[in-house]
Amino acid sequence: MQAVAPFLAAATQPDLWAARQQMALSLGWHIVIACFGVGFPALVVLAEGLAIRRNDPVAMALARRWSKVLTVLFAIGAVSGTILSFELGILWPGLMRTFGDVWGLPFAIEGIAFFVEAIFVGLYLYGWDRFPPKVHLLTGIPIVIAGVASAWFVVTANAWMNQPQGFDVAKYRAVGVVTDIDPWKAMFNPATPPQTTHMVLAAFMVAGFGTAAVYAASMLRGRRGRYQRLAFGLAFAMAAIVTPVQIGVGDWAARFLAERQPVKFAALEGLKETTTRAPLNIGGLYIDGEVRYGLEVPGALSWLAYRDTDAQVAGLNEVPVSEQPPVAVVRTAFQVMVGVGTGLLLLSAWFGLYWWRRRRLPSSRVFLWAAVAAGPGAALALEAGWVATEVGRQPWIVYGVMKVQDAVTTAPGIRFGYFALIAVYSAMTVGTVFVLRRLASVPLPPDIEAAP
Amino acid sequence: MSLAEVVLAVMWVGVTLYAVFAGADFGAGFWDLFSGGARGGRESRALIERSLGPVWEANHVWLIFVLVILWTGFPAAFAAIASVLYVPLTVAAAGIILRGAGFVFREPVEGVGMKRTFGAMFAASSIITPFFLGAVAGGVASGRVPAGPVEGMPAHPLTPWTGPTSLLGGTLAVVTTAFLGAVFLAVDAQRQQNVELTEQFRRRAIGAGLVAGAVVMGGIGVLADDAPRLFTGLTGRALPLVIGSAVSGIGAIVLLWKRRFVAARLAAVMAVVAVVWGWAAGQYPEVLVGDLSIDGAAGSRSSLMAMLVCLAVGAILFVPPLALLLLLHARGRLTDPARQ
Repeated sequence: MQAVAPFLAAATQPDLWAARQQMALSLGWHIVIACFGVGFPALVVLAEGLAIRRNDPVAMALARRWSKVLTVLFAIGAVSGTILSFELGILWPGLMRTFGDVWGLPFAIEGIAFFVEAIFVGLYLYGWDRFPPKVHLLTGIPIVIAGVASAWFVVTANAWMNQPQGFDVAKYRAVGVVTDIDPWKAMFNPATPPQTTHMVLAAFMVAGFGTAAVYAASMLRGRRGRYQRLAFGLAFAMAAIVTPVQIGVGDWAARFLAERQPVKFAALEGLKETTTRAPLNIGGLYIDGEVRYGLEVPGALSWLAYRDTDAQVAGLNEVPVSEQPPVAVVRTAFQVMVGVGTGLLLLSAWFGLYWWRRRRLPSSRVFLWAAVAAGPGAALALEAGWVATEVGRQPWIVYGVMKVQDAVTTAPGIRFGYFALIAVYSAMTVGTVFVLRRLASVPLPPDIEAAP
Repeated sequence: MSLAEVVLAVMWVGVTLYAVFAGADFGAGFWDLFSGGARGGRESRALIERSLGPVWEANHVWLIFVLVILWTGFPAAFAAIASVLYVPLTVAAAGIILRGAGFVFREPVEGVGMKRTFGAMFAASSIITPFFLGAVAGGVASGRVPAGPVEGMPAHPLTPWTGPTSLLGGTLAVVTTAFLGAVFLAVDAQRQQNVELTEQFRRRAIGAGLVAGAVVMGGIGVLADDAPRLFTGLTGRALPLVIGSAVSGIGAIVLLWKRRFVAARLAAVMAVVAVVWGWAAGQYPEVLVGDLSIDGAAGSRSSLMAMLVCLAVGAILFVPPLALLLLLHARGRLTDPARQ
């Protein structure tokens, strides 16, 4: 009975810490792989399309090699996403019991999109040399479309957590009963357009920069044949085209927050008091209610939020302390995302200008080292963005409607599940890295490797 | 039939397809584990890899459908089942992750040691996952999941899923998937004109079928004692399905004996389908035995309607390519070496 004592001890109090950590681990792991699931098929199809169009054996070798990588990435993306469906109920039964039917619809549609994706992945990956080339290429296109669609729909569900509607909110707040449910209205909530766009573009950035980083590393080691240049060029170009758009979308998303989720916006910027002509603090740390050691630009925050340097920006003091998110975490995460994003923008500009002036890839060691860093950098920005938006919503699980502590399970002993999953995800991470490196180390056919 | 019943029926179609197709895939993993040493089992494992490769992910998606239909259609039931039975569900989810990873990691790596490690990961979790999903089913079927939010939470996380019905459900899931897997693999081996493997999987299928039959027979006694409501349903309203399952199961074994593999596969599938629907008919109209009826658990009408419309439109999108995938694969057009 000694062994079960901790279970019983925990039975009286919900273990919010463990539930949060477990969700963060599962989601944080899945989201990176899922980005490859959304963005990487486009690269594979692009390479194959080029190969067919130009009758190019190098591009064909690349498409086939990438197809093997897709097999691995898609599979672990699919299985690591499944556990999230379990966890919504395992960890947050209060949320699901109350709102399952309000926000379930986009998950059902995502399921359909994911089904289409899985079916065509089967056809595409096993259809090499079995379908005529153009037919095979066509089986790849639904993977790209369905991948984007499934990301879009699942993010509408997260957007709903930020901007809940599609039920009588006032009545729920008053008496705790959910009525007048309209799942379509819930899905097409105000946060849906900026959030879904931001996430889908992020997926293409993570997949593009992540893939390009592998070949930048290869080029730094002296393998600068056509194969490596093509792989690097395709992947980096995809990401570089998306990046400037993403910066614009990020601005849109931030202004949306200033308007609709002012507390989160204040937390992102570390703005304690409601301020007119609010300054923007770049860098620095949020300590004891103020930003220290940052670079302060007067009026810039007001301008960013409302395009007016004198505008009033709401501070955290608009809500009681019990309804404020942990500012230091949120602000730091946001700074990391914006900082890395700016770096990626500069790198994309470098790439674009170089290509525009000289019609070839920049190949200096400085650029390639920066491109290597951009791979993990994009993933870091992605994670930081998710931390900013998720932690920035705290203490709400459904903004202004339900607090996290009212959604969490009361089941005893859930931290043991969390510890077990740490082991599973550690093994998965090691396995994935090992297998991808193994795939990368398979020598290319000599004529492909030697292509100048 | 009420709207909620239609939604539940649609969900149960998902459960059925998951049990049959993913079930056969789990069963293939079961036989992967018992295929012997690296050299002796090479051909058997290659057959299993080819048989699963193009379709296992699509077959897995049925589970996701079931989950989202359950939480959108019957939020209270989903919340109760997931939170009360979180231990077996977490193990099953971990099993799903390790199984998929093990399967795709095994092919590209080199060396017996690496292949064995990932292969064992794939095969062991192919047994663990259905066992724990079966234990979940047993917990629900024996009325161990109360509907209430906080007050319904049992003090100990092991009690709701370690009862006799859960052990029966888990065992039945493992032997049934092993049976289905062997039958499907026998058909594949025969199509590839591999006599040795065909015979091997024929023997395995017959063995697993007999064990499954014995477990079901013993299970009836367990249910009478541990899940009386379900037992009453199974011996009443659901009796035709129970008999149908028994007849199909025996038929499948006879057909295997006579080496009529394609017909045997159909009979085996029918036996599993009848068990799944027999459970549903036996438990009807309760979602959580003794606590929550179908209409009591149902979500809002507008959400049920919207979801049904989306699933209908979605079916138009995914059913034709899915049929194509399964058909091409059944004919060996995606994996058989001889037919390139």
